[in-house]
Amino acid sequence: MTNEDSSVGLMSGVLGVARRDLLLAWKRPGDILNPLFFFAMVAALFPLAVGPSPEQLQFSGPAVMWVAALLAMLLSLNSLFLSDFEDGSLDQMLTSPVPLSALALGKTLAHWLTSGLPLVVVAPVVAVTFQMPFFVTGYLMLTLLLGTISLSLLGSVGAALTVGLHRGTALLSLLILPLAMPILIFGARTVSLVAAGDGAAGGLYFLAAYAVLTLSFAPFATAAALRISNE
Amino acid sequence: MWKFIHQLASPPHFYRIAAKMIPWFMVPALLLIGYGTYAGLFLAPMDYQQGDAFRIIYVHVPSAYLSMMAYMVMAISAGIGLIWRIKLSHAVAAAAAPIGACFTFLALATGSIWGKPMWGTWWEWGDPRLTSELIMLFLYIGYMALRGAIDDTVKADKASAVLALVGAVNVPIIHFSVEWWSSLHQGPTLIKEGGPAMDPAMLYPLLAMILGFTLLFGAMLLRRVRTEVLFRERRTKWVNELVLSGGK
Repeated sequence: MTNEDSSVGLMSGVLGVARRDLLLAWKRPGDILNPLFFFAMVAALFPLAVGPSPEQLQFSGPAVMWVAALLAMLLSLNSLFLSDFEDGSLDQMLTSPVPLSALALGKTLAHWLTSGLPLVVVAPVVAVTFQMPFFVTGYLMLTLLLGTISLSLLGSVGAALTVGLHRGTALLSLLILPLAMPILIFGARTVSLVAAGDGAAGGLYFLAAYAVLTLSFAPFATAAALRISNE
Repeated sequence: MWKFIHQLASPPHFYRIAAKMIPWFMVPALLLIGYGTYAGLFLAPMDYQQGDAFRIIYVHVPSAYLSMMAYMVMAISAGIGLIWRIKLSHAVAAAAAPIGACFTFLALATGSIWGKPMWGTWWEWGDPRLTSELIMLFLYIGYMALRGAIDDTVKADKASAVLALVGAVNVPIIHFSVEWWSSLHQGPTLIKEGGPAMDPAMLYPLLAMILGFTLLFGAMLLRRVRTEVLFRERRTKWVNELVLSGGK
């Protein structure tokens, strides 16, 4: 086998797994929609709790929406490897000639496309209810776009570590939330700074750098974690 | 030298050597902490701004330092265990986590007690170091929760090692991102150019406390690793013989 062959196998492994997961998600639209409804509902809890004052809502909007997005991502992460673990597909992946990290990357890609990207698309609708100005909404979408990539990748490590554990849900949050705090800080604060008239470049650069960092490390950690969980 | 290290990695050998090493850590630790406590409370002069309240640094600074140090010990030994498959270093990681969590809690508690007279609040979110210390505590909790959730020791060792390493990569990033907030905390006085900006009468007790706490950490770690090793090897012959011979 030549070098070229194996690199083709790598790419088709990533895309094949991603395509399969997207198809599965397409057959069960509830899996995509439920976290989105959850996101909208958590965001709606805050105005109900805080009160209808527009200034307060405008002030807390970025923070509330970022926290809601973070929780919605966590909600969908729990099932990332669960069905594969239960029906034995995971064993197939472990024995596949394609590197496990590539397959994990494919699964994470599908997860981001079905949970991160929809959040970015839905965010403006929720932002309107928080009286968020138009250009601030643009920055909110941009930070969410970069932030959810890192969240999907970071979360895949946690999901791989907790797959097959019965008490997985709360545990996954305990593992991922502390690690996700830089994303939350920079995501929410950047939007707040923009709303207050400051520049956003620093925060966006950080989020982009963090996304690149997780992209280069997380698939390998996820693969290692999957091997350990399946011993 | 290598032979000594190899021997140390074998559980029965470690169990015996650690017992002999503990007093060498414990006795100087108690002496240093005793001196540091007395000198810090009675000999060190009052701070011209903070009065007597500053004296809490004699507990706060060593515990904050050890909360980071214990995480490093945990992550490095977890990494060694994962890469070279040394069982003993997994036991070290498992033993270091609760001690580190305790020091983190101590740093948080003393920091907030100090904050009440100084800042007027028990908790100040604007202070980056207090906040990253809190996230540190969450990291320890996550690590221990994962360990507790997996029944199989070998699996728990490896899974928590992956988590510890991912966490270790993240700790500087968390610290930096929290620093990004506006700071209310005292600037660094101990480590900066031109030597520490502190009166020697205040400084020496602090250094003694830091060294003493570190030695105390070493003694507690050895003790915990010993029990951890004993528990993990409970089905082996040497533990059986040890128990039958009355622990000698």
